[in-house]
Amino acid sequence: MHDSVTIKDNSVLDVEKVRKDFPILDTFVFGHPLVYLDNAATTQKPEAVLKAMEEYYHAINSNVHRGVHHLSQQATDAYELARKKIAEFIGARHAHEIIFTRGTTESINLVAASFGKRFLKTGDSILISGLEHHSNIVPWQLACEDRGATLKVIPIDGNGEMVLDGLEKLLEGVKLVSVNYVSNALGTINPVREIIAAAHSRGIPVMLDAAQAVQHMELDVQELDVDFLAFSSHKIYGPTGFGVLYGKESWLNELPPYQGGGEMIKTVSFEKTTYNDLPYKFEAGTPDMAGAIGLGAALDYVQQLGLSAIRQTENNLMAYALEALREVKELRLIGRSANRAGVLSFLVGDIHPFDLGEILDKQGIAVRTGHHCAQPIMDLYCIPGTVRASLAFYNTRAEIDRLVVGIRKGITLLS
Amino acid sequence: MTIKEKQDEIVADFELFGEWMDKYEYIIQLGKDLPLIDPQYKTDDNLIRGCQSKVWMHAEFKEGKIFFTADSDAVITKGLVSLVIRVLSGHTPREIVDAELYFINAIGLSSHLSPTRSNGLLSMVKQIKIYALGYMAKSTQS
Ligand SMILES: Cc1ncc(COP(=O)(O)O)c(C=O)c1O
Repeated sequence: MHDSVTIKDNSVLDVEKVRKDFPILDTFVFGHPLVYLDNAATTQKPEAVLKAMEEYYHAINSNVHRGVHHLSQQATDAYELARKKIAEFIGARHAHEIIFTRGTTESINLVAASFGKRFLKTGDSILISGLEHHSNIVPWQLACEDRGATLKVIPIDGNGEMVLDGLEKLLEGVKLVSVNYVSNALGTINPVREIIAAAHSRGIPVMLDAAQAVQHMELDVQELDVDFLAFSSHKIYGPTGFGVLYGKESWLNELPPYQGGGEMIKTVSFEKTTYNDLPYKFEAGTPDMAGAIGLGAALDYVQQLGLSAIRQTENNLMAYALEALREVKELRLIGRSANRAGVLSFLVGDIHPFDLGEILDKQGIAVRTGHHCAQPIMDLYCIPGTVRASLAFYNTRAEIDRLVVGIRKGITLLS
Repeated sequence: MTIKEKQDEIVADFELFGEWMDKYEYIIQLGKDLPLIDPQYKTDDNLIRGCQSKVWMHAEFKEGKIFFTADSDAVITKGLVSLVIRVLSGHTPREIVDAELYFINAIGLSSHLSPTRSNGLLSMVKQIKIYALGYMAKSTQS
């Protein structure tokens, strides 16, 4: 591992030093040094992750859990070690409570399909919020449609915060609650503890979409007492195409398999197949070995930096950015929660977000524009979308300054 | 002027700009100057929905030629829309169907034709071709 990553808890990171771990940050775009502020879409990968994946393919690549031969054993060990690291990272009681998937989207689809099949009946409902990514809306719509159930929605206020006043009433008839921990569209950190407590008091399980949470704050599934939790490797400095579903052992044992194939079976005959134990029951087919090992390396990296140092560094930068953006009088933040992580969503005057995004791009500044896969929120605010700048610990104050200059240039050109 | 001549003229105009800022300033000005589509035609039927920005377009067939008016909610898109209209409006269906639009690449705005950006311009160009094909089919029938 890189020597720059020995930093004590509670301190802030030496950002200039940490940036050296991410070669892509030295890229030039249209003649300008890249300012990468699209971290909520995907984060960049440190050298340590790239190296771990390369080493896997160079030295031990082999199919897991199958071969009697030496390489297969080594690959299996590395793959299962990654599962242990992931379990420890989120505080799971058992490694077999970690199911490997392709990402948050697949993790949610797995629970929606399997939970729906086993527990959802006509007249039941699923509760989500008005602040969800499409990945935490559509799988539940599909499950509800399939089972004759209905989808209920926790309302959102003008600041982009969930309104929990009517929660008790909303929970009536609900079989499962699935909400995001941190909003990818507005950056709001949601009151998930309160939601979990209210749901559990009625014996209702809760799933958390933690796609925008795990990379920004310490999180412990046992302490949260959450029943299911999903996140994506690529948003926490790991490789793309890989992700995690955590489920409490007791729940996972209750759910039927999601897909059929190799790995997930014990015995197969044409009359009857018996399923494998956890976690393999939910992992049909040859898995993404390099993905697991890459995510393991990413979590090692994050832990060596220290999540509390990451959080402190990012909070400082967020405060700086909020202050800097406030100086631009034509700019209005969309989502005004004080309790936020990672994301700044905004509009400037009556400039279309797409136009501003393009002018920023020309200046080497990467932001995202549009509805951020959260159309219901944009409809709530009656806007076509926003410009979203999303931060990671490797972003600098100088980059925020460049964003502000870029926005001002956009204002000059576009209004 | 032929469609090709019009495109070459635009490309030559854009070669005069040294800075990307100047180029964008010009496109944005074109967007602001674009004669707006008659409000009666700014309907959902005439809406070409991109993922990011919207384009409204209306076509009229007069004396063997097609004339377009259009609008967009994003001003850079609108500027490019006005260039596409300058190039294609007032031509016969056959000329429009056969036209190859190379000027958008040549002036360095090819990203606007990328399906991943899907900002309405690409869909608009497709829609124009579909109109032209429709009119061509009609005129060969009669
Ligand atoms: C809150 C949230 N949920 C779900 C997803 C979907 O993640 P993935 O595309 O990695 O499956 C994202 C990613 O954009 C997200 O931000």
